[in-house]
Amino acid sequence: MRWEKLILVLITVVIVAGLTFLALEPFQKNVKLGLDLKGGVLVRLEAPENATDEDMDKAIAIIDNRVNGLGVTEPEIRREGNNRILVELPGVENPEEAVSVIGKTALLEFKRVDTLETVITGKDLKDAKEGMNPNEPDPNKVNFVGLELNSEGAKKFAEVTRELIEKYSNDDDPNRAIAIFLDNQLISAPLVQSVISNGQASISGGFSTLEEAHNLAVLLRSGALPVELEIIEKRTVGPKLGQDSLVKSKDAAIYGIAAILVFMLIYYRLPGLVASFSLVLYSLIVWSILIWMKATITLPGIAGFLLSVGMAVDANIIIYERLKEELKNGKSLRAAIDAGFSRAFWTIFDANVTTLIAAAVLIYFGTSSIRGFALTLSIGILASMFTAITFTRFILRQLALSNITRNTKLYGA
Amino acid sequence: MDFVGKRKIWYLLSLLIIVPGLFSLAIQGLNFGIDFAGGNLVQVQFAKEVTTEGVRNALSTISLKDSAIQASENNIFIIKTKVMEQSEQDKMVKTLEKEMGDLEILRSEKVGPTIGKELRRAGLMALIIAIILMIIYITIRFEFKFAVAAIVALLHDILVTVGIFSLLQIEVDSAFIAAILTIFGYSINDTIVIFDRIRENMKKTKKIELTTIVNNSIMQTLARSINTVLTVLFVLFALYFLGGETTKIFVLALLIGITSGAYSSIFTASPVWIDLRNMGKNKFIKAKA
Repeated sequence: MRWEKLILVLITVVIVAGLTFLALEPFQKNVKLGLDLKGGVLVRLEAPENATDEDMDKAIAIIDNRVNGLGVTEPEIRREGNNRILVELPGVENPEEAVSVIGKTALLEFKRVDTLETVITGKDLKDAKEGMNPNEPDPNKVNFVGLELNSEGAKKFAEVTRELIEKYSNDDDPNRAIAIFLDNQLISAPLVQSVISNGQASISGGFSTLEEAHNLAVLLRSGALPVELEIIEKRTVGPKLGQDSLVKSKDAAIYGIAAILVFMLIYYRLPGLVASFSLVLYSLIVWSILIWMKATITLPGIAGFLLSVGMAVDANIIIYERLKEELKNGKSLRAAIDAGFSRAFWTIFDANVTTLIAAAVLIYFGTSSIRGFALTLSIGILASMFTAITFTRFILRQLALSNITRNTKLYGA
Repeated sequence: MDFVGKRKIWYLLSLLIIVPGLFSLAIQGLNFGIDFAGGNLVQVQFAKEVTTEGVRNALSTISLKDSAIQASENNIFIIKTKVMEQSEQDKMVKTLEKEMGDLEILRSEKVGPTIGKELRRAGLMALIIAIILMIIYITIRFEFKFAVAAIVALLHDILVTVGIFSLLQIEVDSAFIAAILTIFGYSINDTIVIFDRIRENMKKTKKIELTTIVNNSIMQTLARSINTVLTVLFVLFALYFLGGETTKIFVLALLIGITSGAYSSIFTASPVWIDLRNMGKNKFIKAKA
């Protein structure tokens, strides 16, 4: 029995276990969860084919403004191809409302009812703010959006209101009304009571909560989109479902991995124990890389990780089956371990390269969630090759050298 | 055990699943979900106990009667409709709220028809490119006939999976493409381990008959083949039963495909390789004669 070899093994195991334990908290703090686990919104918008670069840039800037108005912390807005925009809002509280705000063109128009002529548009606005008028008897009009026009808009508005009052002398002549349209939908049509020369106007009616008024104010402040954007894809996940998915996939991971470890211990005995430790190191490496890369962890990503655990075990299984064969052929334990590893290496290499090819193709062609899956799978495969041929080999060799047991049955023979 | 000699039986067994699958594909095709066909999906949870019938009646008041309604536990319903604008979806939710009481939107999706088309094209492209790369790699590391045999085994697994999905009309979503390509990777992986052993045994012993070498190689790697599939199945079963709704289809496809992959690597790939070699030999003999 050579104690120093055994102690080396123990030290290595303790270091790996310690590192894993220490890593748990920073990992949990720094992991970037995807929309499906955290809740949130993904929206893909498409502009007409003839949209110019300038249109797209402007549209992105406007959407950026709107999203900031919603108070989302880590929005991601980027152009895709020529005429598409991808918006991702992780952790947004009310996903459905966010979608309504992002996709609206928000073309504001004040029109004269008598001539249908457009008097003011969103371009004449200086500011828009939501407000509440508790004294208002009509409950439909308690919440409103107050508008402040710029100087040109104020001038136009003053002219038109004066003209209307002069033309229709009766106070409740319906022709005095100014109709307010948003994206060609009538919001309200208030009657003009007096000449409005201070550039102040307000939209009321139709806001059942102050939040709705706030959202419209955000839309108006950020301006109308230069082109119409169509929502061609949308995925929202409420925070409750995200949390639920996270808990469920954690459970699946724990039971799945536990089943593998038990199986390895029963079937391969001592090397099975080594494989279990090598799986711990393997997981540590994979998650370190994922977190270092700031990769977003999604549900498919977790599935990819779990499948790669299967691959990592496979590398060990290939090696141990070789080891068994070599022992059966009458080799000594040490020779069997060396031969087992060197023979198994190219098998593992060829088998894994083919899987890596499939994963690489997925990364290249896949949608974002498929990409997440393929990325974790690829990192997993590389890490599994590394741990199987370094860590597992090192520990097994030291164990053999330490002469802790000559009973080859413990090595599965 | 004689894996190769009885290969006609194994081929027949595979065809028993693949042929009905192909018929089903030709007649009823795949049940494409909104990812491919386009449409809206809303997953809601009602505060009160409600029935599918009730939900359908509520939807029919706003002419969405034809929507697919799927109930699951805890009053959760998945409603799939034609493509809707956000305002239409809002209207639908308001109607449901009015008719069936309070509800919470757990998830909603909209996929326009162009996205579905692109997804199908990208999926097919990915498959073709992966196959070409595979053939190149295996030809370099082994030989062309190994590559062809591996691809035959691979197509076997894909046809089995797609066929069963068509037969049972299980809905196919975008994750299905990822599942197919994963099956691809695993199936090839399994096959390569056996081919690797055949290659090694052929170098060692040139005089023994090929079928014996192949049978021995399969036998020597059998424990590995079974154990590896078992460990992967552990994970997949855990994901299937504990992992929640969203990944179920993906996991189911993998369960079918990986089981098929384990079968085909043993009972399809190597026997097909032998047949390919024999074919070449026969031609050679004929040419000589």
